Amino acid sequence: MNIIDRRPNPKGKSLANRQRFIDRARGEVKKALVDALKRRKVGETDGGEKISIPSRGIAEPVFHRAAHGGKRDYIVPGNKKYVAGDQIERPPAGEGGGRGGASAEDGGEQDAFEFVLSKEEFLNLFFEDLELPDLVKTRLKESEATQLARAGFSIAGTPASLNLVRTMRNSLARRISLHRPRAHEIAALERQIDTALAADDAESAAQGRLDLDLLQRRARRVGFIDPVDVRYNRFERIPKPNTQAVMFCLMDVSGSMTEAMKDLAKRFFLLLHVFLTRRYKHVEVVFIRHTSNAQEVDEETFFHSRETGGTIVSTALEEMMRVVRERYSPDNWNIYAAQASDGDNYTEDSDRCSQLLGGEILPLTQYFAYIEVGAEATLRHGFPSPPTDLWRTYSQIAEQHRNFAMRKVADQTQIFPVFHELFAKQREHA
Amino acid sequence: MAADGGIANPDRLLFEGPEWDFEKLRRVYGAIEEIALGELGLDVYPNQIEVITSEQMLDAYASIGLPLMYRHWSFGKRFAREEALYRHGLQGLAYEIVINSSPCISYIMEENSMTMQALVIAHAAFGHNHFFKNNYLFRQWTDATGILDYLTFARDFVAHAEESHGVEAVERVVDAAHALMNHGVHRYDRPAKLNLEEERKRQEERRQHFESSYDDIWRTALIGDKREEEPGQDKEKQRAEVRRRLGLPEENLLYFLEKRAPRLEPWQRELVRIVRHISQYFYPQKQTRLLNEGCATFVHYEIMTRLHEKGLITDGSFLEALHSHTSVVFQPDFDDRRYNGINPYALGFAMMRDIKRICLEPEDEDREWFPEIAGNGDPYGTLRHAWANYRDESFVLQYLSPHLMRKFRLFKVLDEEGADTLVVDAIHDERGYREIRRALARHYDLARHDPDIQIRDVDLQGDRCLVLSHVVHDGVLLDEPSAKAVLEQLAELWRYSIRLEEIDAASEHVIKAHEVPARL
Repeated sequence: MNIIDRRPNPKGKSLANRQRFIDRARGEVKKALVDALKRRKVGETDGGEKISIPSRGIAEPVFHRAAHGGKRDYIVPGNKKYVAGDQIERPPAGEGGGRGGASAEDGGEQDAFEFVLSKEEFLNLFFEDLELPDLVKTRLKESEATQLARAGFSIAGTPASLNLVRTMRNSLARRISLHRPRAHEIAALERQIDTALAADDAESAAQGRLDLDLLQRRARRVGFIDPVDVRYNRFERIPKPNTQAVMFCLMDVSGSMTEAMKDLAKRFFLLLHVFLTRRYKHVEVVFIRHTSNAQEVDEETFFHSRETGGTIVSTALEEMMRVVRERYSPDNWNIYAAQASDGDNYTEDSDRCSQLLGGEILPLTQYFAYIEVGAEATLRHGFPSPPTDLWRTYSQIAEQHRNFAMRKVADQTQIFPVFHELFAKQREHA
Repeated sequence: MAADGGIANPDRLLFEGPEWDFEKLRRVYGAIEEIALGELGLDVYPNQIEVITSEQMLDAYASIGLPLMYRHWSFGKRFAREEALYRHGLQGLAYEIVINSSPCISYIMEENSMTMQALVIAHAAFGHNHFFKNNYLFRQWTDATGILDYLTFARDFVAHAEESHGVEAVERVVDAAHALMNHGVHRYDRPAKLNLEEERKRQEERRQHFESSYDDIWRTALIGDKREEEPGQDKEKQRAEVRRRLGLPEENLLYFLEKRAPRLEPWQRELVRIVRHISQYFYPQKQTRLLNEGCATFVHYEIMTRLHEKGLITDGSFLEALHSHTSVVFQPDFDDRRYNGINPYALGFAMMRDIKRICLEPEDEDREWFPEIAGNGDPYGTLRHAWANYRDESFVLQYLSPHLMRKFRLFKVLDEEGADTLVVDAIHDERGYREIRRALARHYDLARHDPDIQIRDVDLQGDRCLVLSHVVHDGVLLDEPSAKAVLEQLAELWRYSIRLEEIDAASEHVIKAHEVPARL
């Protein structure tokens, strides 16, 4: 008998098969993902996603008999009252009144197939063809922090970084090639001399001494470790990407923003957040709502409480700058912002907005996305609505700044396409 | 039973408490081995016990319990499903997986308590192991010493094929072969034992053969016959000759495709062959589920009882073992929400306990029904004989006693299409015993359970249409959507058109036909 502990064996033997399975069901999985995303909260990204996909594309058909029709018999246990010849009401379709022992498995197909995607799989699938804009990436590289990384070996270095294995390997090769006598060879020769002396064999003892002398001289000349053997681990400083980001969610919560509009905004924020967590180890979210004045709030209040009042967008931008100054120094943080609004703004405020954005915010942020929600009412009449105040203002900014993007979103189905458009790979820059 | 106490003796205890370690495992194994070989007279392959984590157990599930397997998405699907069920607590993991190989490998999970480890060792390393080594089906049809080598060969071959032909091309063939897996066994003649070296050599020979004489069968069967054709010769006779040469009818669909499909590359044939071999390897297991599980359950029950009687385990662990045992052999009634067919563990275990009772304390009824074993005083010998020489169907037919039918309160229900009600055909009484026993045995007959599908004909003179037949018993047809899907997969291998006819067994009329066009 043999007991083997297999626990240290590598895990994830099935990973390759799992990947194949997901690849095969890719289309359906992606569709299910979009549905699953509706249930998520903005800040909630840990853990995978449980999804359920139709089993069509992944069915494994086998020949089996139809569940109904023909003449069949069942042997079932637990008779309580029946005697031979009794008639039993047919049980409702599907249950079949029990089946014979061996036929339990021939149901075969399931309607839906449910399984859990890991966080990694979830994100990869969801954003498989999206990438941060090139512009952002160049800024990523500019970060100051560096870290040490192994970079081969060198012949000089501090004793602490001595690479013993390399050194000994070189030393061994050199000793062999230069025929450095080994310790046991010298010892054997010494023994030989001793026995020769004991046997009063002066001649061979003298010969032995000569040989010994030769060996010892060679051992002295060919050092055990020579400076040419020594190798050190070499390290290089490589720039460390900045791994933390903060995401500002700005939203107009004045009375003109309906629940549906907020829902659209929420979806966009959520996507952006999930997307950012893929790139950065640590992502913080700041929620700023505004009417005619702005304040930082928590997520619950942000999406669900109602406010009344006019709309002055610049207050939100100012609030954002205040938070940045206080807590998120641009040297240490990658700053992203997403703004959602129905486009209303106090007309005199427009100049202030473009000033704040163009002059202060955009130089500090990696990316600023503006989405205008809920233009559907006007679209329904068949001709495009006139651009809103805010849209007009922002259009000018968009022309001047490449890290600013703006889109209109009218309903749920457009959220992902719009997001996709903003972050699609090979995004064209002027 | 020899009564040597029954009360746990602190000096003799093998272990206490739930924690296990390798030393305890070894001790317990020794004690179990003594009982299994000495008292029950079991005969087992050398054992190899491997401790794994729950995650590794899920991995093992996914590759249908085999320690190594080629890559395929369907195993990933199985893994995903098992994992989801497990993570949501809908399903516990099996305590063990045991592999029919020599040495016999049993996986045990690290999460198990020491009592459970003992139970699992008794169940798998002795119960299943004895069954694998002795049952005639396993002895004839599987080669315990060669299977691991063969699986290595299969995995490497598939990986190699994927490298040279692309994952997608390989998957198409394997998908198709998997769909036909249940129809990839020789039911009647015993296959040659697998041998890795020979398998490699044969594969090479086959490749050379195909290269040198490509489409040999088509030349001889088609052109050859045409040449010999005499004017006015009976066409039907000629077709019969072609069928004979092709070895039709053939119920091993995978075998036929591997040998005869006209447009498969040699590597594709090899893939089909691999799937066929694996299917064949599992065929005995499918026919002996009741016996196999019954045997293992009976063995662990006897061994745990003996360990307790000898004072080697505490009352507490014995109760823990019994608790787990009773949930394994639980049989809900048909009107219970939990009912899902007859539990093979329950029926198998009950039948074996019943045989023991008949051997030791028979009643008049048993003497009348089982004159050859009633009161013979050798329950273990009788059981070893049953384990070695029966499969589920014949075992039920031979050994299901009236006593047990009453205990399970078995009855037979007849369901006829068109009738408004189901009819209770027979119950557990004097008139019904034989009918119930016969009908239940038939449910365990795989040949009746899997649809009877054969390749009947190939139209060599025309469009090479492959004709299959499904022999319909009692008017039960194939499930149409799945039949269609399988035929699509079949067409992937055959490439020409396919026709499946459902033929009534009694009248030989074609009731229904499914067709799939050629893929040119």
